[in-house]
Amino acid sequence: MIAALERIRSDFWYSFLKSPITVVSAIVVIVLVTGCMFAEIFAPHTPFDPATLDIMSNQLPPAWEKGGDPSYLLGTDIQGRDVFSAILYGGRISIIVGLGAVALSVLIGVTAGLVAGYYGGVADAVLMRIAEIQFSFPPILLALLFNGVLKTILAPQAFEHAAVPILILAIAFAGWVQYARVVRASTLVEREKEYIQAGQTLGFSSLYIVRKHVLPNILGPVLVISMLQIAVAIVTEATLSFLGLGTPLTEPSLGALIQAGGEFLFSGIWWVVVFPGVTLLVLVVAFNLLADWFRDYLNPRLR
Amino acid sequence: MLYIVTRLLQALVVMLGVALVGFLTFQYVGDPVLAMVGQETSIEDRELLRERLGLNDPIIVQFGRFVGRAVVGDFGLSYSNHRPVMELIAERAPATLELVIASGILALALAIPLGVYTGIKRFGAASQVILALSVIGVSIPSFLLGVLLILVFSVWFTVLPSFGRGETLSLFGADWSLFTPNGLAYVIMPAFVLCMFQMGVILRLIRAEMLEVLNTDYIRFAWARGLKPSSIYFKHALRNTLVPVITAVGLQLSSLFAFSIITERVFQWPGMGQLLLQAIENTDVPMLAAYLVIVGLFFVLTNLVIDLIYFAVDPRIRSAGR
Repeated sequence: MIAALERIRSDFWYSFLKSPITVVSAIVVIVLVTGCMFAEIFAPHTPFDPATLDIMSNQLPPAWEKGGDPSYLLGTDIQGRDVFSAILYGGRISIIVGLGAVALSVLIGVTAGLVAGYYGGVADAVLMRIAEIQFSFPPILLALLFNGVLKTILAPQAFEHAAVPILILAIAFAGWVQYARVVRASTLVEREKEYIQAGQTLGFSSLYIVRKHVLPNILGPVLVISMLQIAVAIVTEATLSFLGLGTPLTEPSLGALIQAGGEFLFSGIWWVVVFPGVTLLVLVVAFNLLADWFRDYLNPRLR
Repeated sequence: MLYIVTRLLQALVVMLGVALVGFLTFQYVGDPVLAMVGQETSIEDRELLRERLGLNDPIIVQFGRFVGRAVVGDFGLSYSNHRPVMELIAERAPATLELVIASGILALALAIPLGVYTGIKRFGAASQVILALSVIGVSIPSFLLGVLLILVFSVWFTVLPSFGRGETLSLFGADWSLFTPNGLAYVIMPAFVLCMFQMGVILRLIRAEMLEVLNTDYIRFAWARGLKPSSIYFKHALRNTLVPVITAVGLQLSSLFAFSIITERVFQWPGMGQLLLQAIENTDVPMLAAYLVIVGLFFVLTNLVIDLIYFAVDPRIRSAGR
């Protein structure tokens, strides 16, 4: 047993280290996630605390350009906020929303898929009809309409205050169907296997069988999809915030930073757009490459 | 036959569901009476208006009325500029349609030659570069691509206009900017941004199909007959890759309308997407409800048509439906 685990683990590292792109992506993800999660430690300034802002140091170019200030590495925006620090704080929101939305959609989707697949009947028919209907709409449109309707229902302050949970809800609501479909399909296969029947004969409750026997056997594809969905969720969050349906300007995510910077494009301060944009792109591409490798690793046919 | 009937019924149920969401938004966001009357209207007059508008009727009756009006395209007046909602949407529709068409043409015009090239020169350096760029093209959020394009082509090089729609030409009862040189300059960047995500998919599809087709016997025979390479690649090989490409383009058509909302915002393109975002900003409930229903109808119809085409083409579905 331990030897088998040992072998899987060394196989994992071997496959990982063999692909340089994957190693680089992993390092990028670790650096960015650590930097953003501990923004208080790594950020040289507190960009969203008006008391610490110095209006004299507004619109400074990046440190290496003429007129740059070394303490503002990537320059400052129109209000004198440090772009580098704003990226770290904004990236944190992007990452929290991305991971939170994926976790919530896994929770909803896997539960729905297990219920539909294991119990069948009416629950299956209803859940899969809903999934089928939802599948015909692009997720980004669903998330956009979800947030749009909530924004019209809630008072502006309430909406801004609850921006992060609302974003997580909207993106999870748009994304759970994928998991439900995959889990249902693999549960249908598992249900017919003999070890499940053995469990049923032994008189275990359905809940116990689903939790202890079905769930561990269907987790592979769920992991792969959720890895791929992290990047999608981050892009969706950025897009919603860019459209003004996400985080408020007092607490901007990367998308909101790009939106705010975009308004000043013509005044020549390109760094307020380009650096958050590049950070977002690097984060998304790194998560994607990592997920691609993981998918190939779990799928032995491709190796 | 049973299949078609179930499919039609399903489409109808989905539409009713979407209409219900639209109706509930309408019902619970704000008070329509408050939106219509001034401050000096007395309480009796408000009650009278409420009664006249049918707001005291049972909710089922009100929903029935909402659906009945929606069927004939009556969604009431927009809160923000007091004109019929349908009129506003009809005004904006050509701009969105034009953007979607332009991006579709651009995607095919770029993806077909590039896909054929990377399929032929499988291991060439240029092919690797094209494929790597297509990965970035698919990964990059479309709003970011749009903002960066504006920065490069409008701010740094000032060769292309960054927002709005150019000169239009009236044709078939609507205004189109695709037919004027000035209009084309305005449409090129938004169309490119919108085409990016599907271009990568089409390019890879054509490349994969080309790789497969080029290995078939009839292509080998064509080489043996001494045909010109251009004739082999485009006349014999490409033609056989097009069926899956058409399917993919058809399936993504509806996503284009969703993504056009983002592109329209970046380039201030005066289409339906902008209308939706403005409706959300202004809490313009009738507009939002109408948009929900119309977009729902659009998606239900496209999916219905796709399914029915599959039904007509694929004998397996037909036999399963019996």
